[in-house]
Amino acid sequence: MKTNDFSSSTSPSDRRIGALFRHLTAGTDADRVSSVFASPTSGGAGGSVFAHLVQAPEDAILGVTIAYNKDPSPIKLNLGVGAYRTEEGKPLVLNVVRKAEQQLINDRSRIKEYLPIVGLVEFNKLSAKLILGADSPAIRENRVTTVECLSGTGSLRVGGEFLARHYHQKTIYIPQPTWGNHPKIFTLAGLSVKTYRYYDPSTRGLNFQGLLEDLGAAPQGSIVLLHACAHNPTGVDPTLEQWEQIRKLMRSKGLMPFFDSAYQGFASGSLDTDAKPIRMFVADGGELLVAQSYAKNMGLYGERVGALSIVCKAADVAGRVESQLKLVIRPMYSNPPIHGASIVAVILRDRNLFNEWTLELKAMADRIISMRKQLFEALRARGTPGDWTHIIKQIGMFTFTGLNPAQVSYMTKEYHIYMTSDGRISMAGLSSKTVPHLADAIHAVVTKAL
Amino acid sequence: MDSVFSNVVRAPEDPILGVTVAYNNDPSPAKLNLGVGAYRTEEGKPLVLDVVRRAEQQLVNDPSRVKEYIPIAGLADFNKLSAKLILGADSPAIQESRVATIQCLSGTGSLRVGAEFLKKHYHQSVIFIPKPTWGNHPKVFNLAGLSVEYYRYYDPATRGLGFHGLLEDLGAAPSGAIVLLHACAHNPTGVDPTSEQWEQIRQLIRSKSLLPFFDSAYQGFASGSLDTDAHSVRTFVADGGECLIAQSYAKNMGLYGERVGALSIVCKSSDVASKVESQVKLVVRPMYSSPPIHGASIVATILKSSDMYNDWTIELKGMADRIISMRQQLFEALQAKGTPGDWSHIIKQIGMFTFTGLNKEQVAFMTKEFHIYMTSDGRISMAGLSSKTVPHLVEAIHAAVTRVA
Repeated sequence: MKTNDFSSSTSPSDRRIGALFRHLTAGTDADRVSSVFASPTSGGAGGSVFAHLVQAPEDAILGVTIAYNKDPSPIKLNLGVGAYRTEEGKPLVLNVVRKAEQQLINDRSRIKEYLPIVGLVEFNKLSAKLILGADSPAIRENRVTTVECLSGTGSLRVGGEFLARHYHQKTIYIPQPTWGNHPKIFTLAGLSVKTYRYYDPSTRGLNFQGLLEDLGAAPQGSIVLLHACAHNPTGVDPTLEQWEQIRKLMRSKGLMPFFDSAYQGFASGSLDTDAKPIRMFVADGGELLVAQSYAKNMGLYGERVGALSIVCKAADVAGRVESQLKLVIRPMYSNPPIHGASIVAVILRDRNLFNEWTLELKAMADRIISMRKQLFEALRARGTPGDWTHIIKQIGMFTFTGLNPAQVSYMTKEYHIYMTSDGRISMAGLSSKTVPHLADAIHAVVTKAL
Repeated sequence: MDSVFSNVVRAPEDPILGVTVAYNNDPSPAKLNLGVGAYRTEEGKPLVLDVVRRAEQQLVNDPSRVKEYIPIAGLADFNKLSAKLILGADSPAIQESRVATIQCLSGTGSLRVGAEFLKKHYHQSVIFIPKPTWGNHPKVFNLAGLSVEYYRYYDPATRGLGFHGLLEDLGAAPSGAIVLLHACAHNPTGVDPTSEQWEQIRQLIRSKSLLPFFDSAYQGFASGSLDTDAHSVRTFVADGGECLIAQSYAKNMGLYGERVGALSIVCKSSDVASKVESQVKLVVRPMYSSPPIHGASIVATILKSSDMYNDWTIELKGMADRIISMRQQLFEALQAKGTPGDWSHIIKQIGMFTFTGLNKEQVAFMTKEFHIYMTSDGRISMAGLSSKTVPHLVEAIHAAVTRVA
């Protein structure tokens, strides 16, 4: 089978191949067999086919941490990306997660075979129960399909691609403002993106009137992205009464709810409380999608663990929907990663570990609520002008301070405090020690005429 | 009120994964699963490499380790080590910082991210893939927005490479078209070009400015040597030209379910490589934000320790040797049985799979009568065979060949 030089071979077919080859490479250095170099395309000689590319800007949110890391000042404060920090300013791996991981690693019978395309089946069932409630009729009636995805982002993207392919309306309405990555995810999934009014800068609260008007004006059947709790970046959530009105409006217009649940348990400290808006929608018997993340509430950030659940009208529909979700996942990454989902399953299936988890979760939520109180009181003590009650009214990891980009810039430059330019600060990045520094900075920037 | 998803039709089961589903449903005690390509030991069991268990223990027992988000492009040292592994530690492309490497979700994820990047930034949106190829390839590229064309590859008459047709089809491709190349151990056929043939392919591709996109899923797993199995990729890089490489650690490190891989884009200059990397991040962020930490950490731990690296190469060679031995045994058993036909392709083909040449009817017969499961194209996973089960397979092949047209 091996020949060194087709042209000197005695085999007729090899000689034909040699002739064919010379013909096909005619006009180049085909004679010097070892010296053909890559040719350019339409660019100059030796040019890269990617020469025209521009340097993409750094991701706005992640870029904050990059800038923070570069700052040599000893008193810098990173209030950028939303990852929990302890009172000592350190990342936290939950005890219950370490326990679960040890259990997995020490089990020599465990293997690393491919998971099914839909992911770890037990993880999927437990995740649906966690978000919808163990007694959810939708689960009992097998009307829910749940697929393991890569954290919240992956769940949103897979859900978005599924809708773009199979749903009759290709427009999704997202709140103004929302997490910076949302519009990109949905656009790349093939949906077109519109916004609905959400945040009211004058009250630093919910613009409920605007929200109802905009959703009321949306075309029948449009998809609507809803933050299940702890809206990112504003921390402003509807009250339960407002949620009920939103639900009624949406159901009356056949709008499709797509919940982003990234903070269940992390916002109020209670898993059930934070899931209430979703459960209200499921209780009315209607359909919806929910993207669930374990990044924050189990501290599993880098493991990329999440789930997409689609609640359908009937079990048969849910089965067909699941089969189509697999056709979205398989050409994207074939099947999801085993490690993080296994950790979650170990914790959720064991009553003791589950209880321990709820305690650690509540402690994180409580620390954040405590930081809100401390910051609010520190500003009050300084007599900082303005109404700062939104700090304690907003919920979850982030506070939308109401500071403008010029003010943010000043705080970074003069006080080495890093946050996104929309004035969003991560309360998880604060501690009792650093609250005074932040309060001083806010006070300074608010009293300067910027 | 009706479901808004009532019109959704039930999708067919994935043909490859569906084989295992059918196998699992079979109650027969003598069944044999030669479907999906995951390594099995002589005892028919999945294998977690010792060196992987050690690396994992090391990681999990380190109380200073955290689970923070890793960068969008993945773990930096994993990326560097992966580029070195596929391109060679002394690669000028690496020395000149001309390689952008991004951690992705195994081979599939690397192909998808690379293809979406090309769709967005490359002037040609057609990719030529070999006929046949892995069933998921056309779907990955279509969903990335590329259009898919085929080049001739497998010659059923010889059960080998249809080199003439390959050269003709690539020769007729539009200038600048993307070309998918299996770096080694072609899936599903096991038929690889010789190094002389690779050289001709390279010259043809460069003369027509076709853009090579390598799928490297079996480095070290095919021949037992990491360098040998990377040879085709390295000759392309050595000519100074550009290419993409999707690298998987699923098989060669047995990390299947951890989804570990890397996309490398070899560019003409470091400036271009840097811009390319920044743009690939814009593909990753709206897909899953950042890749998973666990599997990549295991790989980095192994690749950066010379002891663990050496242990790995030994275990890797162990797997490759067992597969080569299964080929030898199957071939000899068919010869001993006097099964009609030329079965030498079994020992000429390389890697996890053998393209038996059996047709759909023969495959169906073998499943029904002998409870042997394989994909309907006649592809069998050698990794699923053992000395104990070779005789059963030989019986089945013999029966199929003599009784079914």
